[in-house]
Amino acid sequence: MISNDMAWYMIIISAVLINNIILIRFLALCSFFGVSNKLETSIGMGMAVIFVIVIAGAASWLLWHYLLLPLKLEYLRTAAFILVIAGLVQFLEMYMRKAMPALYHAMGIYLPLITTNCAVLAVALLVIDYNLGFINTLIYSVSVPVGYTLSIILFAGVRERIDIAPIPKFLKGYPIIFITASIMSMAFLGFSHLFGL
Amino acid sequence: MEKLEELRLVVSSSPHAQSEETIEKIMFYVILALMPAAGVGIYFFGFNAIRVILLSVVTAIISEALMQKAMGRRVAVKDGSAVLTGLLLAMNLPSNAPWWLVVIGSAFAIVIGKQVFGGLGFNIFNPALVARVFLIISWPVQMTTWPRPLPLFSKALVDAVTGATPLGLLKAELLLKDNIGEVANISMIDLIIGNVGGSLGEVSAIALLLGGIFLIYRNYISWHIPASFIGTVIIISGLFWIIDPTRYAGPLFHTMSGGLMLGAFFMATDYVTSPITSRGMLIFGFGCGLITILIRLFGTYPEGVSFAILLMNMVTPLIDKYIKPTLFGEVKEGA
Repeated sequence: MISNDMAWYMIIISAVLINNIILIRFLALCSFFGVSNKLETSIGMGMAVIFVIVIAGAASWLLWHYLLLPLKLEYLRTAAFILVIAGLVQFLEMYMRKAMPALYHAMGIYLPLITTNCAVLAVALLVIDYNLGFINTLIYSVSVPVGYTLSIILFAGVRERIDIAPIPKFLKGYPIIFITASIMSMAFLGFSHLFGL
Repeated sequence: MEKLEELRLVVSSSPHAQSEETIEKIMFYVILALMPAAGVGIYFFGFNAIRVILLSVVTAIISEALMQKAMGRRVAVKDGSAVLTGLLLAMNLPSNAPWWLVVIGSAFAIVIGKQVFGGLGFNIFNPALVARVFLIISWPVQMTTWPRPLPLFSKALVDAVTGATPLGLLKAELLLKDNIGEVANISMIDLIIGNVGGSLGEVSAIALLLGGIFLIYRNYISWHIPASFIGTVIIISGLFWIIDPTRYAGPLFHTMSGGLMLGAFFMATDYVTSPITSRGMLIFGFGCGLITILIRLFGTYPEGVSFAILLMNMVTPLIDKYIKPTLFGEVKEGA
């Protein structure tokens, strides 16, 4: 469990390794399986996820503490976060297309995809549940997608090797990919409760 | 007509260099190198150890043959790779493991660890370790109930006495007393020859070391992975030991206990799942050592060797992709 009085490096270790968003928490699986067929796209996706989650985490933290809590609108949490995250990413995409075309082309296609990524909403909700302060929210919002990027890059490397293996026909494609991901998840269990977390 | 037959040339794609080595021969030597450690295991844990080894090897052979038949491939159990996987898994199990645990583990190693990936040469993860980690997650009680060593032919006690492994004891003492406690009293001689609780093939550090050196001497494995793996464990555990010897066990204890020797010499060095280049191997070994000691010192599991090797197996494709040897004739940049 993560709490606000934890050291910053413990938050990082916990989010990247011990509670890895993909291999331990099983969130954000659609993009994990969808775009991990090439290393380059995986890195691009990872960068885009880091970008979006940091912004989403910060925005929802501000929204929660300066709008929903003072107005006693806690029950609107999920709806408000979804709306804000989706709107924000949409604006960002439009802004980037205009102002930073190079960056837009590097991650542009992934941005709208990520809006519906459950990891984004998960981080937004978790920083509230864990009662994190704003600085720790930022640290946590960077660490979670770094864990995502780590897993998807490792997975992409493994998949490039699987692509050239004589996999039995009935397992070709997603079945063998699922099996591989589950073995990776088992290996990550070795980190469980590291440092008593 | 006869003249033509003689002149017929062989047209084939590369590689053209042929070697005396065959899969059968390599597997035979690796199995041979494991024999001293298996022998010590049988000596200390008795007929139960023989039972686990036989059960695991036979299940591995049968699963391999059935899978190859079912997938319409050439049945190649004679290459000995299934025997090796079965033996390695058995050496990673407690000698009193129930029969079904051994059978499930061995079949899992061959079917999920190896055959679904396309068989020998294509598995991403070390099959025996996939099975071991699967078993330890699924049946933690059976996988961590260790019999005390009870030398063969000594009829002093019934074989129901169980006890902790040195590493398990270390973790428990640290939790209870916040120091290494009883671990300080473990005899280093017992630890080195294998007169301690543990998986049946991992207890004897000296026998595994002998087998490992034999494989390096015969050029079946290179020294890079074992050296950087064990070296990393020695250096990091040594640093912690210097900082606080009351809470951290010494580097000799960490080297000689648990599955480090078995893992470093026989499982991390698996050709298929470890990097090709020597620089890649050094990185691979360092990563294994780092994760092992991280789990041993700060994790919930007393032993981290199998998790560490499995985690580094995932990194192997990336290491091979980015660590490449300098090509012959290539000019260094700026030269």
